Amino acid sequence: MQIKEYTEKNIHTIEIIGDLDASSAIQLDQVLEKALQDGRKKILIDCQNLMYIASAGLGVFVSHIETFKEQNIHCALYNMSDKVKNIFQILGLDSLLVIVKDRETALHSIQ
Amino acid sequence: MIYYYKINCLPKNLKLIREFVTSALRNMPLSDIEINQLVLAVDEICTNLMVHTHHYNPNNFIEVSISQFPEAIQFEIIDKNITDFDITQYKFSGMTKIIQERRKGGLGLLLVHKIMDKVEIQRENCQNTWRLLKTISQN
Repeated sequence: MQIKEYTEKNIHTIEIIGDLDASSAIQLDQVLEKALQDGRKKILIDCQNLMYIASAGLGVFVSHIETFKEQNIHCALYNMSDKVKNIFQILGLDSLLVIVKDRETALHSIQ
Repeated sequence: MIYYYKINCLPKNLKLIREFVTSALRNMPLSDIEINQLVLAVDEICTNLMVHTHHYNPNNFIEVSISQFPEAIQFEIIDKNITDFDITQYKFSGMTKIIQERRKGGLGLLLVHKIMDKVEIQRENCQNTWRLLKTISQN
């Protein structure tokens, strides 16, 4: 798995490329932790090239839900394939996280 | 038809297991979403065994077999390193508790149980066999 990051107009984007499984989830966790430590308040997760997600990957997002609420951090996931979104839906995470169709909608959701 | 795969316990091999399961399921009447769910369920069990039982010891192996029946698919994951883990005693935490405790773990077996119709562990001849059953429609 690879992760790319960039920041534009105070919006921090994290792009996940490849499979997010038990062996790679720690990478995403470290990147997300760093973004929070850096005081990022608007975070977008680009899932266009996220090919697969296992529970370890879901766990990274789940473990930060409370922090997002407490620190008023706006985070949205976008460009997710149907099969990856389905895994979030199995656990009802699609109603606990902001998951939207595309970047434009994601930008709108965090304003 | 029975598909069989034996592989040693290394992190990089989780992807090979997923590719094996995907390849086998491509021959069955399943959608991409259904295939991904079943691949995930097998991946979660294999991950648990490799991490918690075998500690990614490359000298240890697990075996995965997939059997297709007219109305079901059966997955067997064989672990010859007997542990005391008893799924019937496993207490699942609800999502609310997992979120409140900011836990990263605890979701794997929850997913397996939501995806599969039956999950059991059989212990005999010094091995544990995880048996996962998914009923399928022939439409």
